[in-house]
Amino acid sequence: MRSAITLVVLIFAGTGGDLAMAHAMKRLGEVNSFKPSVIWHFLGRAFRERWMWIGLALMTLAFCSLLALLSWEAMSFVIPANALSYVTGAFGGKYFLGEQLTPQRWAGISLVTVGVALVCLG
Amino acid sequence: MKPPQTHLLKTSSVVAILVVLNSAGNFFFGLGMKHIGALQGWSRAALHSAFVAVFSSAWIWLGIVSMLLYMVALMLILTWADFTYVLPATASTYAVVPLLGHFVLGENVTGLRWMGVALICIGVMFVGRTPPSTTKKG
Repeated sequence: MRSAITLVVLIFAGTGGDLAMAHAMKRLGEVNSFKPSVIWHFLGRAFRERWMWIGLALMTLAFCSLLALLSWEAMSFVIPANALSYVTGAFGGKYFLGEQLTPQRWAGISLVTVGVALVCLG
Repeated sequence: MKPPQTHLLKTSSVVAILVVLNSAGNFFFGLGMKHIGALQGWSRAALHSAFVAVFSSAWIWLGIVSMLLYMVALMLILTWADFTYVLPATASTYAVVPLLGHFVLGENVTGLRWMGVALICIGVMFVGRTPPSTTKKG
């Protein structure tokens, strides 16, 4: 039960953290130059975004959940189970970020999810 | 507005950089931890010596630098590309690591793992053939 709850926290906090960061980056707008000065300025703006900090907090929670889970369960269970976050990420991208997921992208995400699980189990 | 071809090239290049940095980061962390060895218990003294050993390792620092650069590259690509495009594409790391293990380190890779690598490659190709961005720029 303890592991199941922690796995749910890991998947949702991890996905939530990624989505919050993606949302913050979308608010900043496209970066078109990779000059060090431009990237430095971009990082300064990024860390002034509230969503960036929400994302980092959720990622920290996910990381702590991962460490806890790894101390209780086998890695061969934890890592493939965590591949479910590709699916929750796809739903989050569609409903939270408003991305258009074509059947082709859904198929790709599903194949990647199963593939990651197989690589970790193999 | 960039021509779609230029945009696709920019996106593919950053995805490739993400995969290289993530694979390198994991490789350096793995190498560093192998050099340090297993944790000698959970006592305060053991944790302190492990902490010192971890942060004295050049491999660990190379891993940290790789992962920080990965984070910056991820933040940059998310300013224009879809999250649902970038996330599966970066999963290529899971395919690169067994390939490196087999062809560079001569490790034995099981049939199940090869099947997983093939599925990841097909999945990434599927996602890669969709437009990188489907939302209006904020």
